[in-house]
Formats: sequence, C-alpha cells, structure tokens
Amino acid sequence: MASGIERRGFLKTAAVAATLAAPRLSLAADSKVLRFVPQANLANLDPIWTTQYVVRNGSLLIWDMLLGVDDQLQPKPQMVESYENTPDFKTWTFKLRPGLKFHDGEPVLAKDVVASINRWMVRDAPMGGPIKKRTDALEAVDDRTIRFRLNQPYAKMLFAIGKSSTPTLFIMPERIAQTDPYKQISEYIGSGPMRFKKDEWIPGAKAVFEKFDGYVPRDEKANWLAGGKRIHFDRIEWQIVPDGATAGAALQSGEVDWLETPLSDLIPLLKKNSNIAVDIADPLGNIGSFRINHLYPPFNDVRVRRAVQMALSQEDYMGAVVGDDETLWKTLPSYFTPDTPLYTENGGDRLQGKRDYDAAKKLLAEAGYKNEPIILLVATDVAITKAQGDVTADLLKRIGMNVQYQALDWGTVGQRRASKEPPDKGGWHIFHTWHAGADCVNPAPYTALDCSGPTAWFGWPNSPEVQAKIAEWYAAPDLATEKTVIADLNKAAMDFVVYLPTGFFKGYQAWRNNLSGIVKAPFPVFWDVTKA
Amino acid sequence: MLSYIVRRILATIPVVLMVALFVFSLLYIAPGDPAAIIAGDQATPADVERIRESLGLDRPFLVRFGDWFWHVIHGDLGTSIFTNLPVSHMIAQRIEPTVSLMILTLILSLSTAIPMGVIAAWKHGSWIDRAVMATAVLGFSTPVFVVGYVLAYIFALRLDWLPVQGFTSIDQGLWPCLRTLILPSVALGLIYMALIARITRATMLDVLSQDYVRTAKAKGVGQRGVLFVHALKNAAVPIVTVIGIGFAALIGGAVVTESVFAIPGLGRLTVDAILRRDYPVIQGVVLLFSFLYVLINLGVDLLYTLFDPRIRY
Repeated sequence: MASGIERRGFLKTAAVAATLAAPRLSLAADSKVLRFVPQANLANLDPIWTTQYVVRNGSLLIWDMLLGVDDQLQPKPQMVESYENTPDFKTWTFKLRPGLKFHDGEPVLAKDVVASINRWMVRDAPMGGPIKKRTDALEAVDDRTIRFRLNQPYAKMLFAIGKSSTPTLFIMPERIAQTDPYKQISEYIGSGPMRFKKDEWIPGAKAVFEKFDGYVPRDEKANWLAGGKRIHFDRIEWQIVPDGATAGAALQSGEVDWLETPLSDLIPLLKKNSNIAVDIADPLGNIGSFRINHLYPPFNDVRVRRAVQMALSQEDYMGAVVGDDETLWKTLPSYFTPDTPLYTENGGDRLQGKRDYDAAKKLLAEAGYKNEPIILLVATDVAITKAQGDVTADLLKRIGMNVQYQALDWGTVGQRRASKEPPDKGGWHIFHTWHAGADCVNPAPYTALDCSGPTAWFGWPNSPEVQAKIAEWYAAPDLATEKTVIADLNKAAMDFVVYLPTGFFKGYQAWRNNLSGIVKAPFPVFWDVTKA
Repeated sequence: MLSYIVRRILATIPVVLMVALFVFSLLYIAPGDPAAIIAGDQATPADVERIRESLGLDRPFLVRFGDWFWHVIHGDLGTSIFTNLPVSHMIAQRIEPTVSLMILTLILSLSTAIPMGVIAAWKHGSWIDRAVMATAVLGFSTPVFVVGYVLAYIFALRLDWLPVQGFTSIDQGLWPCLRTLILPSVALGLIYMALIARITRATMLDVLSQDYVRTAKAKGVGQRGVLFVHALKNAAVPIVTVIGIGFAALIGGAVVTESVFAIPGLGRLTVDAILRRDYPVIQGVVLLFSFLYVLINLGVDLLYTLFDPRIRY
C-alpha cells in the first residue's frame, strides 16, 4: 500500500516535472533550428546552371569554395591550405587542406576540383571564360594539388575563384561536376557545413539544410566567405513565403526567425517591435540600371544617350524605388560601388547638379530625333523595375520623347530583352533592372559594363575605348594602378553612356532579437549566428 | 446508371485532350522565356540560347506537343524545367494541403451557407433575411486576400490564437493541421458561402410557395420538417449545381489563399510555375484541375438522382 502511494506520488512528481521541463526541452530544440525566409523561391540548386542569387545563397551552405572573399573583398584561402603563383602569373598552384570530406563521406580530391573548375569556366563568361582561353593545362598533380598552366598572364586568378558573384566556383564531386554545364545537376552533394535534405525539399515552399558533422572549419574567425564557417544549428529551414506582408506577420508572431528582404512598407512597423531587429542587409547595396539598346536609332547615337544622361534625376529614381528613407540611398555619378577600393566619380559630372531639360531637348534635336516611338519594357511585377519604369516614362516625356510604355511581367521582359530585332518588330529600346553592388566592385564580374558589341550584355554596347580600359585593369599589377585605370574606365564609360545608373540603394533585413551574430553582407551569412 | 458513369468518364478523355491542346498552345504563344529566367539577370544572351537549346525549347511546336503528349498518355507528366523533379512528384507533394483546404472550406461554407439561405427564405423580408443577404453581398465583394489579411491580423497577430502562415500535415495530428487551415478556409470560404447562401435562399423561396409545401403544413408537419425535409430536398438540385460550378471559383480562390497564407499547395505551385514559365508543371496542374472539375460535375449529375427520383440516366 505504502509503496503504491509512493509510486503514485513518484509518477505525479515525474509528470509535473516532465510538464515543466517540456517547454525548456522544446526551447532547447527550437534554438537548434533556424527558420529563414529567403529573398526568393529556391526552385533549383545548381549554382553553375543558373546565376540566380538565391541559388548561390543556398549553395554556400552545401558546397565549399577554394577561396572566399572577406568584407574587404580580399580572397582568402578556404578549402585551400596554400597557393603559389609564378611572378609572370602564368602558373598557379593550389594545395587543398587535409581531411576535407564530401557529404557522402568521400574525400575531396584534386580531380574533383579540376572537374568543378572546368564546369565553372564554361559558364562564367566574365572571368572563367577568359581563364579557360588562357589555359594550356589544368591538372591534378596529386590528390591534394591542382595546377593551372596558362599561356598568358592572369593576375586576377584569386579573385576569380574566390568571388561571390554568380556563377561562383563551388567544388563538387567529379561525377557531379562532369554534368553538361547547360544541364542541371540532380545530386546535391557538397563539402560545405550543411547537407541538403532533398527528401524534405518542396520547391516553392521549403528547403532544409542539416548540419554536416564531417565539416572541419578553418581556425580563423569567419568573415563573409572567408574563415571558419561554424554552424550553431542542427537544421536551417528555408521557408518560402511569397507574400511580403505575410512574411512580416510571421516574423512578428515568431513563426520565423529571419527575413532576408522584408517588405519596405513594413520596416517602420518592424522597427517599433521590441522583439525584432532591423538593419541594412548588404553594405554593397545595388545600382539601379536604365539599360539602353545601342543597336538601333535613336540610342545608337551617343548624343541621344547623353541627352537622357543630362536630364536624368537619380533623386527621382531613388525616391520611387526606396521611398522616404534617405539613409537607404545616394546618388551615384559612377558605375562602381561606393565605399569600395576602386570607387571613382571621374567622368560622372553629367549625372550631377541641376537637371537640364532644355539642353537635353537641344541635343536630341541636333541628333535628328523626330518623335520616333521609344519602346520602354517595364516589368510591373517587380517593384524596383516598375518604379524605375514609371520615372523613365515621365523623364522621356519631359524631354520630348515619344514613349511607348509596355507593361509586362519579368518573365516576358527576360525574353524580349534578348531580342536583337528592331524595336518596332518585337525588340526594345529601354528596360530596367539593377545590379548587385558586389558585382560592380571591379570590371571582372561586371557583365553590364562589358562593351564588346555582339557578345556584350543586353543592349550590346560596342566601345573599343571601354574594352581597352577593362583589359588594362586585368593587367594592372597593383592597387594604385588599378585605381588609375578604373578612373579612366569610368570616364570612358560615362562618355559613351554604356547604360545609365539610376542611383545606389540598399535594403533591410530583419530578425528576431533572440538571434545574434547576423552580419551585413551581399548574401546571408549563417555561420556564427546563434539563437537564444 | 453504371453505363452512364462509364460513358461520362470516357467523355472526359476528349475534354481533357482539348484542354491539353489548348493549354499547350496558349503557353506556346504566350510571351516569356524560362531559359532567360534560369540563366539569371547577369547571364549573357549566348548562355540563354544554350540553355534554351538544352531544354528543347527551340524545337517546333508540333514536335514539342507530340513529345509531351506521348509521355502524358503513358502516365508521365514530364519533368519540371526548374526543379528537375518529376511533375507528378511535385503535384503529389502539394496535393494534401490543397485537398485539406478545399475539404475544410466546403465543410465550413456548406454548414453555414445552407442554414443561412434556408432561414433567410423562411424569414423572407425580415431583418434576418436582410442580414443574411448583407453578409452574402459582403462575401461576394471582399477580395479573398483582404479577408485573409484581416483574419491574420486579428486572430494571429493580435490574439495569437492561430498561426499566420504555413501548413501542418494531418500526420502530425488533427488539431495542428486544423490550426493552420482555419483562417485560410474562412477566407476562401466566404465567397463560396455567399454564393450558396444566395442560391439556397432564392430556390427555397420558390419551393416554399409550392402547393406541396402548403399541403405538408396542412398535414401538421413541423416547421423544421417542412424546411429541411420537404422544401430543402426539392430545392437541392440547383444548389448542388451551384456547388459544382463554384468549385472552379474555389480553385481560383485557393491560388490566392495559398499565396497569402504561404500554404504549399497546388495553387501556389501553379502561380510559381506560371511566373517562371515552367511549362510542364503548368500543363500538369491544369490537366489535373480540369480532370477534377469534370469528375466533380459528374458527381453533381449523379447527385441529382438522389434528390430528384424523376431523373434517370
């Protein structure tokens, strides 16, 4: 009897203890799961096949890199233990860290690196392509050593293989990296700090990453893509929330921990919430782009391009894109990202000062513009392009141009802008987009500045002067020379009006206050983030 | 009856074929390019062209249609251009949230709309009638997403009773599943409820003026019996018809509701696929929905025999 009472008493106590402990256990478990809302849907996971940033961001968890840039944009060893180059920059040798393993348990070998580089070189037009052209041999010297033998110098090799701009060089197992670069991989095996849970992947809804215990981080402190990538979560769940208002509400209610790109209208509300922190997401921001078709009149005449340049008000564009928060934007008389080592305003005068509509009209008349319709493609489903398109329509009307505003969705603009047909036969004159500041720090990842004519980015600008300056930059041996060359390049590009920068702007990220360790970067940095 | 059902099911084949051809043609002539979206904003035109070739998007219309159709009749809906996953797998992943949402919406709407319509007809001209009609007009006039935001603000953010977004499978328990579905179902069901309440009221008004209702009353049948046994059964045919037709509205509403509440269902899959021009997924989902729509209308036709014995097939 007595023992029965004791047993019941014990069971009651245990039940109460279990009840009390349950929330703590639950909280402890919750602190090991990070629920993140990315900027867009993760519809696929091949960072070479596609250049979408959201894919690059997910890939950073799965695949590791030979080198990675830090917040000073300096490439630092990551999978690489050491590297060396000959003084003529023609031979580059990289040695892997010992003990690197893929998620399937196989060791990372030099042959995997060679295959990954080969696939990347085919798809990375700005840097991989030129390296491929210069390469006499790319070989696995032994299991841990890779060597490039080039027939021409390539001084920017470290930046090329450590850059964050897409396509980024990720190292995959050889069997996966041998996939045709224009076809999508179907296995997501990497050697990064997290493994991808393909069985839990619902494209458009959820992607789950699980901590990879076999990952050995570097000893150095993490700094963007450099240093030790220490993950403090068992799982990172990407929840795709297509509606910005719903995502904001989910953050406020604690259903998610971190929004990569909260809706700008909600920022004041989120800032008032004591449980939520709001800060700039990417210090390198973005450059708004007024992209011009150089193939057809009237914009094949530099005078017409300059007329628009002297009338364009970046304040108007940034007001429309970002709104009243002036801490988020600045005018940009440059093609390069502000506050980065090569930034220059040389040649940007025409974008500054009072806007001169009369002079613009006069220049248009001189160029022989006779009210021909200007086809303006506007992706109305993307807020940034819609805002820029609206300002452009108004600007062109003010200087007496006949604008045909074509409201489309981004998918259609993506197709139309590739057309080299005349504007009145399905082509175009102008479309808007924006470039990540991380891609505009120097000419290497900057496809929009390329002026190689038929092979250039949409709009196909053709300027031997600009191309000559880009080539000079590639050969520049030190930072001082690079700065001089970039100043000249900016002036040449401004004079030629490759495209019209509409301003520099940043965006916010927001997270629950129980997270710590979130940094500003051009991509979400999950390492060293913890959850209380 | 059985031969009728078989004939009707066989008749769905040409309907679905026509839908397939129509959808394929529509997508072919619609602007947009999945290759450009895959390649991303920084890709060169040459890259976009190579991706287009690798996806077979440069092939002639008839070749593409023939290839797709050959696979469909062999039970293969193809592979998503973007995810590289079989379309049937993607549909299977998404069907539970949508079916759960539809079922709960139907239960909530029918269980409120039919009594509302019956009572409004019974109390014709009274304040109850006007209140029911005002609710119905409100249900018709308020967009699903507005209702969704208002509900989420009140019941999730202010009161913290229900989650803002997401879906929990019924495998995790009935209540966790219902918690995630209540707000979306109410938001989605409002227009459906309004539609059914109005048609129920109108039909009941007609039936209540019939001689047999008067006879039933004269025989001493109680008010509840008159309304729900004699009148409602005879009013059921048009109501059931509207329920079937309204299913299309429900599918359209699910697209919006699933986006607002971040429910990973077929509606969101459709929207995502359309925005990306993921042709195999769009074609697969539209085929599925058209097949379901035909089946539901077949079910409605069969229900007629239950409510009206004069109908024979």
